Amino acid sequence: MGKKTIVPIGPYHPLLEEPEFFKLYCDGETVVDMEWETGYNHRGIEKICESKTFEQVFFVVERICGICSTSHPFAYANAVESIGGVQIPVRAKLIRSIVGELERIHSHLLWVGLAGHFLGYNTVFMWAWKYREPVLDMFEIITGNRNNYAMFTIGGVRRDIDETKATELLKVLDDVKKKTDLLVGAVMDDPVIHARLKGVGTLTAKDIHDFGAVGPTARASGVDIDVRRDDPYAAYDMVNWKVITTPEGDVFAKAKVRLLEMYESISIIKQCLTLLQKETPGDIKAKVKEIPEGIGIGHAEAPRGEVFHFVKSDGGNSPVRHKIRAPSYNCITTFRRSCIGGTISDAAIATAAVDPCYCCTERMVQVYDYHSGKHMMNAAELIKFSQQKTEELRKKL
Amino acid sequence: MGIKDLSFKKSLWVFHLSAGSCNNCDIEILDLLTPRYDVERFGMKLVGSIRHADVLLVTGIITKKTKARVLEVYEQAPKPIIVIAIGACPCTGGIFASGYNFAGPLDKVIPVDAYIPGCPPKPEAMLAGVMKLLAPPPPEQANANK
Repeated sequence: MGKKTIVPIGPYHPLLEEPEFFKLYCDGETVVDMEWETGYNHRGIEKICESKTFEQVFFVVERICGICSTSHPFAYANAVESIGGVQIPVRAKLIRSIVGELERIHSHLLWVGLAGHFLGYNTVFMWAWKYREPVLDMFEIITGNRNNYAMFTIGGVRRDIDETKATELLKVLDDVKKKTDLLVGAVMDDPVIHARLKGVGTLTAKDIHDFGAVGPTARASGVDIDVRRDDPYAAYDMVNWKVITTPEGDVFAKAKVRLLEMYESISIIKQCLTLLQKETPGDIKAKVKEIPEGIGIGHAEAPRGEVFHFVKSDGGNSPVRHKIRAPSYNCITTFRRSCIGGTISDAAIATAAVDPCYCCTERMVQVYDYHSGKHMMNAAELIKFSQQKTEELRKKL
Repeated sequence: MGIKDLSFKKSLWVFHLSAGSCNNCDIEILDLLTPRYDVERFGMKLVGSIRHADVLLVTGIITKKTKARVLEVYEQAPKPIIVIAIGACPCTGGIFASGYNFAGPLDKVIPVDAYIPGCPPKPEAMLAGVMKLLAPPPPEQANANK
């Protein structure tokens, strides 16, 4: 192998929305190795959750990631309700699914826009984000906020969707469907996009199993997984829809899966709205007195894949342990397979293809000695130690 | 009019720094560029390097890991620079203030010119904040300063 050049990207780089650091080892144009470093966004959410009551945790978990601010509360609600064995009203189930699917539409539109931007199609970026605005307005009408919806609570939802909102929502959905046709046409018919995306960042079904990738990343490689179908929650078993899969595994396939999923989301919301009209209005929350002792596991299909929450309760009013695993945590490990061997210009779109969300992913490491169980020093403590030694020497002399 | 006021008169170039945010404010900032809000009509533009910027937008809490980097970015900025804290996190720490990785609100790290609270603030609020900061002072106040 010839001389390797290191191309550092980040942590604050015009291409990146969030702070993360990539090191690409290149031999000429080809990426031969890569490393990445995250942890800039680590906010210690799991620990903060332990200091809040079960009801308050919803507001913390929806701030894990601004884009998936329904998926995390969704999974958390599933976990807590499984501890208490809470049965939620049908109307609440339908409203949960509607908000969840609206989020998928807005997230996929956002991704299409960003992918277009990475490829140099700024028109696609502007279009996709323009068409995303009515969806955000819809969120504002239904939940009261464009992002961070504060919609979920234990045993149901906090706001109802009445007839006026439903009519408005149907209007927006028809509009979004037309725009999706337009975007699908723009992506599928463009020979340049075909040339640029086909065969780039390919992941085989074996790679998906090896790295444990989830969501659209897995479905684009022909791995047929979707929590909504495999372990139905909320209203997903009351409506007809299908899981989109395609076997190719390249970036083009991932774009295709996401675009076609938007049609499914629109169809799910429409069916939910029809079912909603049959239910009695106002019945949106089950009465929950207390959460008993026990452990609960909840998962939900976020736009990026499976979100997993583990909650342990000791019968008090706050969780004693809360463990969160976001989908990007699994998906970003596939970078080593999708980027290495490709050219450096393909690295940007190959990393963007899994729709990485680093603020979901951030972890912190505490190092303990294996034998003694003692906490190992970090850099600040080491420097303090060294300064102490100087101080002692100074006293002696 | 001093050179400082002159440099902020029009066409502000903006650098966006996400310290430890949840993506929401960052996306709302990007939203400002897209057709509905379109800040480029005011000459505002997101730039790739802090060395080209007139305004530094900071989102998210300052974590222990990003504190040194925020300081470094501020050092590299050409002065005078306007620093705006976007969202509840850099203003006060918001919901994350009790976390173990929280290294203080933004104004404990670098001087801040404007605070735009909200979780996340709407794009209109961000525009209004910047406009308020840069609007010429009302006539009576301007006379008093002379």
